[in-house]
Amino acid sequence: MNTAATEERETYLNAGYGLKSWLLTSDHKRIAILYLITVTIFFFIGGIFATLIRIELLTPQGDLVSSDTYNKLFTMHGITMIFFFLLPSIPATLGNFFLPMMIGARDLAFPRINLLSWYLLVAGGALAIFAMAAGGVDTGWTFYTPYSTTYSNTWVIATALGIFVAGFSSILTGLNFIVTVHRMRAPGMTWFRLPLFVWSHYATAVIQVLGTPVLAVTLVLVFCERAFHIGIFDPALGGDPVLFQHMFWFYSHPAVYIMVLPAMGVISEIVSVYSRKPVFGYHFVAFSSMAIAVIGFLVWGHHLFVSTQSVYAGLVFSFLSYFVAVPSAVKVFNWTATLYKGSISFGTPMLYAFGFIGLFTIGGLTGLFVASLGFDVHVTDTYFVVAHFHYIMVGGAIMGFLGGLHYWWPKMTGRMYPEGWAKLSAAIIFVGFNLTFFPQFILGYLGMPRRYHVYPPEFQVLHVLSTAGASVLAVGYLFPLVYLLWSLRYGKVASANPWGATGLEWKTQSPPPVHNFDEIPVVTTEAYDYSTVVGEAVEIG
Amino acid sequence: MNVPLLPESASNFSTDVDHLMYYLVGVSVFFTLLIFGAIFYFAIRYRRRSENELPKAVHTSLTLEIAWSVIPFGLTMIMFAWGASIFFRESRPPKNAMQVYVVAKQWMWKLQHMEGQREINELHIPVGRPVKLVMTSEDAIHSFYVPAFRTKQDVVPGRYSTTWFIATKPGKYHLFCAEYCGTKHSGMTGWIYAMEPQDYQAWLSGGRAFGSLAENGEKLFQDLACGNCHKADGSGRCPSLVGLYGRSVMLADGRTITADEAYLRESILRPDAKIVAGYQPLMPTFQGLVTEEGVLQLIEYIKSLAPPPAGGAGTTPAEINVNPGVATAAPTNP
Amino acid sequence: MKLAEQVQAQTPAHAEGETLALREQFDTAEQQKESSTFGMWVFLVTEVMFFGGMFLAYTIYRNTYPYVFGKASTSLNAVIGALNTAVLLCSSYTMVLAVRSAQIGKRKALVIFLVLTLLLGLTFLGVKAYEWNEKFVEHHVPGAHFHFEGAAEQGPAQLFFSLYFAMTGLHALHMVVGVGILSWLLFHTLRGRFSAEYMTPVDVAGLYWHFVDIIWIFLFPLLYLIDRHMK
Repeated sequence: MNTAATEERETYLNAGYGLKSWLLTSDHKRIAILYLITVTIFFFIGGIFATLIRIELLTPQGDLVSSDTYNKLFTMHGITMIFFFLLPSIPATLGNFFLPMMIGARDLAFPRINLLSWYLLVAGGALAIFAMAAGGVDTGWTFYTPYSTTYSNTWVIATALGIFVAGFSSILTGLNFIVTVHRMRAPGMTWFRLPLFVWSHYATAVIQVLGTPVLAVTLVLVFCERAFHIGIFDPALGGDPVLFQHMFWFYSHPAVYIMVLPAMGVISEIVSVYSRKPVFGYHFVAFSSMAIAVIGFLVWGHHLFVSTQSVYAGLVFSFLSYFVAVPSAVKVFNWTATLYKGSISFGTPMLYAFGFIGLFTIGGLTGLFVASLGFDVHVTDTYFVVAHFHYIMVGGAIMGFLGGLHYWWPKMTGRMYPEGWAKLSAAIIFVGFNLTFFPQFILGYLGMPRRYHVYPPEFQVLHVLSTAGASVLAVGYLFPLVYLLWSLRYGKVASANPWGATGLEWKTQSPPPVHNFDEIPVVTTEAYDYSTVVGEAVEIG
Repeated sequence: MNVPLLPESASNFSTDVDHLMYYLVGVSVFFTLLIFGAIFYFAIRYRRRSENELPKAVHTSLTLEIAWSVIPFGLTMIMFAWGASIFFRESRPPKNAMQVYVVAKQWMWKLQHMEGQREINELHIPVGRPVKLVMTSEDAIHSFYVPAFRTKQDVVPGRYSTTWFIATKPGKYHLFCAEYCGTKHSGMTGWIYAMEPQDYQAWLSGGRAFGSLAENGEKLFQDLACGNCHKADGSGRCPSLVGLYGRSVMLADGRTITADEAYLRESILRPDAKIVAGYQPLMPTFQGLVTEEGVLQLIEYIKSLAPPPAGGAGTTPAEINVNPGVATAAPTNP
Repeated sequence: MKLAEQVQAQTPAHAEGETLALREQFDTAEQQKESSTFGMWVFLVTEVMFFGGMFLAYTIYRNTYPYVFGKASTSLNAVIGALNTAVLLCSSYTMVLAVRSAQIGKRKALVIFLVLTLLLGLTFLGVKAYEWNEKFVEHHVPGAHFHFEGAAEQGPAQLFFSLYFAMTGLHALHMVVGVGILSWLLFHTLRGRFSAEYMTPVDVAGLYWHFVDIIWIFLFPLLYLIDRHMK
């Protein structure tokens, strides 16, 4: 057995056993693992809803489930995936684990608030899952009024409350990260020596802190309206249903950047290590994260082009939406340029990074489509938009998550995952994903609206292709669940720095000790200086 | 197995939108191939050949970063301008557009021609003529979507929204509700029948007579006793409605607005929202006493309270009720 | 001290030499204090965004229904509102004095000022309860029994009062939390937890209290004072 060596050394994993030592921990690394387990559970719950949706859509008729059930399925798929999986995924797992280590700190600024954040996510999620089990909610994850406040007969309040609670989890994580990055950097760790992963999480934290409270107050108003019939969004009382849309999207658009910026940070790390070169244009990539965070708050109206929003507002939001695309493009170009004259290896994380860059490029380019007013009039609320955001959320963010999970797996667990199976899974996921979602662009342009339980028969072929892809994708996601768990017991024992990476987290053991570092490091080199990790280096290029 | 990639192109907007789409696809394919190609090439050309390789750092340049920010941004500005121009045209129905009222409710479309024809989930229109839809919802938000026309507009309760198009090809085209609205959202579909003008005329004159909207509106006006206050000669406690539609109105708070459909609807259902200068807020609300269709009928009746417009505009049929001896300003035509 | 031992026992195992004041993730007390204060400022920013949403809704509706909102606003008692504003301003003053006392290590003064702040806060809440009761009696509470005499249609009037209750309610909720925090501070002051070297919780609670006060400074004119001439 190869577990003996690790057992002797004290790591964060074996410093204290028993449920209480985990549930009352203040160690950011343990909290990250708690989050990892939690978000994985939510991912598979959301995945089950997706599976049922895709099976139903194999045929034009509604023959698997009733319309009401179908409406609940897509609503609950969206809510679970967005609020309980995607938003926390990278920041609360990889961010929690590695942000302190990357800056040379012993923990986050507020470890107990960190634990509270986890409990809030669990409580909010439990409430939402309870609502789903008790009867479900059918408003769409976007809760548009007056349907959600007046006409829906489902568990809207409980679900909204669950999301509200989980929102505070997000706010507190953001708060923690901001204070930590400002105040807890090791000596010599200046802002421009920070790994780009830290920059992207800092930008994410700014969005979490500024945007999420607006969602919270919007949900409070929906709750009040539904519970007390006060009529803020009710046109019969003079309320404005479109005001809800403005308030909702003011958060929910920046929210998509909360979901993708951390993944971009992961990609920066991976592309650098697997090219053995600093990320090309470091400053530009760092600033682009901040630019995305700021400009991202100015574009929400592009979700309201056909909502009866004024034409002039539409013009402004369309223009700004093109503006926000620029920093994302800058990142893609810089990552690609990082490969130039590099020393490129093809480990699983790098495959996920390639997948991310390719699919995020397609997803981002289709964002340009929908930002164009005349085009969006035709495709908004159709499968085109569904395809667009899944390319970014699944092809982008989830691939970033999986890439990061594999990249840092040895550090977190002290074990290597089986490379062959990992590469196979990455390939299956890539193929399955494209087969699922590319046909949906065509479906959307043809006019197939979203959230449709039944559809005209001429759309069936494309739906069948999409469902076939979804089956492949589902298999692809199950593989890592199995082999990653397998590796915990049977994987090869990992060294401190199996990938030859720079970054302070690789200078300590795998898994790290409770206090991260025996001595707080003093930083003297720039980020991504590989001369420090390559022994007997032979310079090329 | 014929899988089309584009819906039929059947309106004055369709070709434009399709051309914009080709541009978008072209730019996207270009950049996708560029990035994929570069990655593929670099990955192979610079693959790791020995374990101890240490690449030299390659520094970026401000020029490069600016170039690959500005040039793509320029390409997107074409997307912006092109899309904006289509959108602008879509938001400005021509003055001579044939108007049809649409009331959406869970889960059906009720359409109302000026001449009185009512349709459920179907809309017959002539080819080659601008058609403007004035729409509202009785309950949740719906959305009137005709893929073949490339047009879509949300239908919101409590207000009117408009969309317009010119059908360019006779045929039968899908109508979809495109804003999730509950159980039968995916069942709230219908058909647009674009017909040759002569066929459309034939269709118009067939079917039973409903009475025009304005005629029904007049009846409702009398039933609800609106005329007790809104005397045509302006001698009542409330403003005269003759020639009101399309005119500028000065409000008590100093604003000046145009009396369009939305203003008329609001004045019936929310009379306190805009008080006319020189009058007291006395009007009771008719919320709950009149349906959305009733409001449409009243609006058409009020529109008809004007001297006949010079040259047919095609939006106000039926009788014109103007009190003799009352001077009315020439109204601006809708 | 017994309290120190208690706290030591509750916190998970840490490096030796940790004192009650210095948490182990920090290198210096200075760093801890700066982090805590910065953290509170960030939190207050989130609160601004939270209240901001409601202020936005109020502003938009006020702009849409100026007449009805004006009339509804005049039904609020501006004198009582002003009184409450004065109470809250005074409480911010006593809070400042409390923080100052903590800074210079004057425990007895700290206790007195915390108690005063607490009493003023409770007074505010009491007056609020009285106002709300008035609204209830006048049938201005949104819902089945709502009726407002000053306007023809009830919808926009009900909108005003919905926003009134939502905004003052949210504010009152924050006041209640503030009262809880002050009580906690009082409890620990009496136990001797704070000193001139370590009074960060008092500092940070002061920030929170001032923020809740400032929110009211915006709420009061917006809800009570605009369009007074319409009365």
